[in-house]
Amino acid sequence: MSADINNLARISSQIRRDVVRMVHGCSSGHPGGSLGCTDYFTALYFHALKHDTSFHMDGKNEDLFFLSQGHISPVFYSTLARAGYFPVKELATFRKINSRLQGHPTPHDGLPGIRIASGSLGQGLSVAIGAAQTKKLNGDKQLVYVLMGDGELQEGQVWEAAMYAAHHKVDNLIAAIDLNGQQIDGPTEKVMSLGNLKAKWEAFGWDVLEMNGNDMNDVVRGLELAKAKTTKSKPVMILMQTDMGYGVDFMMGSHKWHGVAPNDEQLAAALAQLEETLGDY
Amino acid sequence: MKKYTFTEQKDTRSGFGAGLLEAGKRNENVVALCADLIGSLKMDAFIKEFPERFYQVGIAEANMIGLAAGMTIGGKIPFTGTFANFSTGRVYDQIRQSVAYSGKNVKICASHAGLTLGEDGATHQILEDLGLMKMVPGMTVINPCDYNQTKAATIAIAEYEGPVYLRFGRPVVPIFTDPDQKFEIGKAWMVNEGKDVSIIATGHLVWEAIQAGEKLAELGIDAEIINIHTIKPLDEEAILKSVAKTGCVVTAEEHNRLGGLGDSVAQVLIKNRPAPQEYVAVDDSFGESGKPADLMVKYGLSANDIVKAAQKVVKRK
Repeated sequence: MSADINNLARISSQIRRDVVRMVHGCSSGHPGGSLGCTDYFTALYFHALKHDTSFHMDGKNEDLFFLSQGHISPVFYSTLARAGYFPVKELATFRKINSRLQGHPTPHDGLPGIRIASGSLGQGLSVAIGAAQTKKLNGDKQLVYVLMGDGELQEGQVWEAAMYAAHHKVDNLIAAIDLNGQQIDGPTEKVMSLGNLKAKWEAFGWDVLEMNGNDMNDVVRGLELAKAKTTKSKPVMILMQTDMGYGVDFMMGSHKWHGVAPNDEQLAAALAQLEETLGDY
Repeated sequence: MKKYTFTEQKDTRSGFGAGLLEAGKRNENVVALCADLIGSLKMDAFIKEFPERFYQVGIAEANMIGLAAGMTIGGKIPFTGTFANFSTGRVYDQIRQSVAYSGKNVKICASHAGLTLGEDGATHQILEDLGLMKMVPGMTVINPCDYNQTKAATIAIAEYEGPVYLRFGRPVVPIFTDPDQKFEIGKAWMVNEGKDVSIIATGHLVWEAIQAGEKLAELGIDAEIINIHTIKPLDEEAILKSVAKTGCVVTAEEHNRLGGLGDSVAQVLIKNRPAPQEYVAVDDSFGESGKPADLMVKYGLSANDIVKAAQKVVKRK
């Protein structure tokens, strides 16, 4: 299936609008990482994944996606709503009382599209590997995707999971790391440097590829290449370079917009840079 | 006092191993994971029968819990196996977020719980696990008392939908429950009817309670003995019915007195029928190396300690 890059770009513009409006609406949340990963989410849900928006938890014969860095919930929620998992107007309830759109994603309140709770970091890769193992046991040929943050790699459990996936030849898994180089206390290189990640993941026995997470053409290419690398006895890792805050000039390239909501003027300035393509919620 | 005898002694972990094999035969969705303790958890028979349904995780318990949570997506029923310490305290956050808050059907199976682990000492003798697991919303907490009950419990939790913590142990202890019992989660077992004091016991302390009951009978105290194998959800009705008759309670458990069965029973009594209660439990301390039987005496968990607690609580009525 060839991708309609222009259409994907239109969708991602709307999702970015949703993200900044959601965090503005509740004066909290994480816009930076959400904006940086919007192109990945768009390409995944509107091109790469075989999925069913009527949503079945077991996802048999569907591709599954898990978000490990749960704090970028705004982009996850907007993508799911825009894909048809739940009404777009529900995005207005984000982080508010009695909402299914909790600060961090959870299946606890029955939000369609969410299969695991995440927020406490470092757990998503293990969960995704477990789901991939079950797919193999069930003879289900579809794939499992998982996205992690780069700061999250400081959690030890990630490396337990990395070792496991290679040892058990979990080759129906496509993991990705959002390499925006930022975390709450500053640049990852200052807080806790991650070193040569390509060499590290390869040393752990993974098949590693790189892509520009803010170039839709390259995201589509990267996801297709990753898919081609599956079923070859190795887990697949995409190192995805992004800019935190991508698409809103004053939010880009700084950890300062990791977990801060825009005020009214900032919202207006952000929305002026993002075309409304599908209609705001 | 109803007479309980035994002809055979076995460890409760072997009951788990036998139950896991049986659960695996009954349901092809049952899978097992282990963190480098296959022999200790008695998982060999399951692995031999179902090698493709077993996952060796290595010494990586956090990953094991996450894997298990993920495996439920697609319909598997994962049983994780490691020591109680590494099944709870070490992986509390993984259990909380990936399993319980996510509503996943994972069975956390924990051996070598409590003092009776023996010689390895306090690093491995967790006495806080029941409390930790009790506090997790939606978690079912089960602590069976002998081989047969552990086997039956293992089969029962495979048929139950939801996260479960199943706690068992290392030492060889008498087998005194029915080999063909139907294990009902959340349902207390009336071990002996009596009228003077309710002894409510779990795990290895049930056999101690039976021995205590015999001694108390000689002393003229007619003890009612109730086995609570399911700490959560608690059979409140059975407890209240018993205390309505006896007017006082001794709780007995191989656990810290803080946060265990005793506290659960106390909470039920406070809300419904306040009554004198004595705890037979570890007095907020770590354990130490030694022979299991010696440790049970030193830390106040023997039949004699139950006798003394019963005598004391009867006087408080």
